[in-house]
Amino acid sequence: MYRILSKDMLSPAICRMRVYAPRVASSARPGQFLIVRVNEHGERIPLTISDYDVDEGSVTIVTQKIGASTREICALEVGEFLEDVVGPLGLPSDFVEKTDEELKDSRYIFIAGGVGTAPVYPQVKYLKSRGVHADVIIGAKTSDLLIYKEEMASVCDNLFICTDDGSEGFKGMVTGLLEKLVTEDGRKYTQAVAIGPMIMMKFATLTAKKLGLPITVSLNTLMVDGTGMCGACRVTVAGKTRFACVEGPEFNGYDVDFDEAMRRQGMYRKEEIEEDHKCKIR
Amino acid sequence: MANRIPRVPVREQAPKERAKNFDEVCYGYNEEEAVLEASRCLHCKNPKCVSACPVSVRIPEFIAAVAAGDFTRASSVIAEDSSLPAVCGRVCPQETQCEGSCILGVKSEPVAIGKLERFVADWTRSHGARKVVKAPANGFKVAVVGSGPAGLACAYDLAKAGYNVTVFEALHKPGGVLEYGIPEFRLPKEAVVAAEIGDVKAMGVRIETNVVVGRTVTVDSLLDKEGYSAVFIGSGAGLPRFMGIPGENLNGVFSANEFLTRNNLMDAYRDDYLTPVMHAKRVVVVGGGNVAMDAARTALRLGGEVTVVYRRTEVELPARREEVHHAKEEGIEFRMLANPVEIIGDENGWVKKIRCIRMELGEPDESGRRSPVPVPGSEFEIEADSVIMALGTSPNPLIARTTAGLETNRRGCIVADEDGVTTRPGVFAGGDAVTGAATVILAMGAGRKAAAAIDRYVKGKLR
Repeated sequence: MYRILSKDMLSPAICRMRVYAPRVASSARPGQFLIVRVNEHGERIPLTISDYDVDEGSVTIVTQKIGASTREICALEVGEFLEDVVGPLGLPSDFVEKTDEELKDSRYIFIAGGVGTAPVYPQVKYLKSRGVHADVIIGAKTSDLLIYKEEMASVCDNLFICTDDGSEGFKGMVTGLLEKLVTEDGRKYTQAVAIGPMIMMKFATLTAKKLGLPITVSLNTLMVDGTGMCGACRVTVAGKTRFACVEGPEFNGYDVDFDEAMRRQGMYRKEEIEEDHKCKIR
Repeated sequence: MANRIPRVPVREQAPKERAKNFDEVCYGYNEEEAVLEASRCLHCKNPKCVSACPVSVRIPEFIAAVAAGDFTRASSVIAEDSSLPAVCGRVCPQETQCEGSCILGVKSEPVAIGKLERFVADWTRSHGARKVVKAPANGFKVAVVGSGPAGLACAYDLAKAGYNVTVFEALHKPGGVLEYGIPEFRLPKEAVVAAEIGDVKAMGVRIETNVVVGRTVTVDSLLDKEGYSAVFIGSGAGLPRFMGIPGENLNGVFSANEFLTRNNLMDAYRDDYLTPVMHAKRVVVVGGGNVAMDAARTALRLGGEVTVVYRRTEVELPARREEVHHAKEEGIEFRMLANPVEIIGDENGWVKKIRCIRMELGEPDESGRRSPVPVPGSEFEIEADSVIMALGTSPNPLIARTTAGLETNRRGCIVADEDGVTTRPGVFAGGDAVTGAATVILAMGAGRKAAAAIDRYVKGKLR
């Protein structure tokens, strides 16, 4: 049982929780994720780690209500418990393994979409601690749905906002803003990192490719155990089947078969809709 | 003469009935049936069954106690050597072990040793009659990685010898393959698995779930920072194999591990659990082992018409004979001497059919089995909306990669000797992590041997 230490709603559909999980907190690195099971009847839900505090023994998770299990997570209050929290899972971001020498001329641009903004935060925070330049684009449909603005501003070099409807920042998609920053504003980057909906990562990769910019993406595939046991998370990367849970979640965007990944993500949509419906009746 | 009595048949749920539910197929013996069956044992002077048992249960001795109606004594005889008798009585391949070497089997049928073991274990449980003797605490801490058969057997023996044992389990429930792999209808989770794990805990073993060794903690941190004197790795063979044929990533293609984990560990077949599982109409299961049978019979119970595709013949099927028999009774179709070459999808990327090729048996390979070779031009198709791959598993590389000095072989298995001694001092290993996918009982045997070796290692270090 894992106690919820704090909770706040970042938007009507997105909640942030600090959870007491000392073993996870002491081993977590940027880029890794964890799996949460809300109660005995819940699914195992992979969630990104949005922050971790070794001293307090806590990890921060950000959950968007998209189905029955995620709604149940968001319904919990401070002092209540998550049944299971396991992690950290997956490999840390590759810059964690790099030396200061290797990193010193790097200039990162992060492209964060929706709830994917939360896991960008520990990566940027980590790079700041290593003295590496990192700019961040946060994109959302509309101003109300933007999350992690203040937190991100406190750790990144430049924060750029865009909304589809123009209610805040650049009007348009993250891809449009990325292109503008590089081609019109002449900003120089050596590496892009995109985290967000699969469709956003697909188009961010296409844009990065056009700009000649290497890009890393973090794949939020289906998972059950998260330890390489089930293969639900398999993705085709550079023509080979890889398990996102143990060989990822981060991959070179150029190599990812996004269309297959999106199709596989929807594998249980029918069952989930039925389940969700049952839950609302209950 | 005792051996004139025919083997006492065991009562089972009717095939038509059980094809629609997940309740246990086999009901087991009652007292009367068990005593009668036990009376068939010839009590050989040199009992071949004992040496054929990977944990050397003193079989004639416990059977004599059953025949005499002294079930409590039968239970304590088994408990000397086995920590999971209700499990073993249900899932051991008795036909190739104890029962396979029973002398009665030469002319008639062997004693139903498995069913008798199961009877004793179930009787003991329902009568609360389990008694164990435990050595006083010796103050040493041992960590066990994985709570499957190898880990539980090792932990039980060490705790019995006075060690302070903590088992680390990556999933949220202990049991390993007993929990995620073997279905409810073959091995009930609450009545059998949880109960036997309860006995291991009653011995004083602590089980910490949600700890992925290699990620959450490492073997090194357990030895260096958490004060464990030794570590036993019984992490199993959890990584599923795929065939590498076109179409394997289509929607509707699953590893047997995924399909079974959703159903067994996550209870997806039950309405009151949220984990989804595909209820396919036409299912093809590829493979011929116990896992293939489990996947096929689970898919059937979820409402599918199921075909098992296997590249050799029925004689070579590696599954327990009872499982194949049950699967056939339940209406599962077998296509022997066939091997998939491609899975074909519809316009939305869902499985539509599977293309196979006929095989014939060629020369025997190094394992002595005749290896199947494709018959050119004999391709055929089977309509299916789901394909489940049950082709075996290999060990997870996570622990070996994160433990300094721990050697693995080219199949990714941890290198360990008969006693579980690895290339890293203080680190022992056994079960599928060492052998590759094998059986529950072999893993238990390896766990027991390693427990004895750990005892020698820790005490040897004292001097």
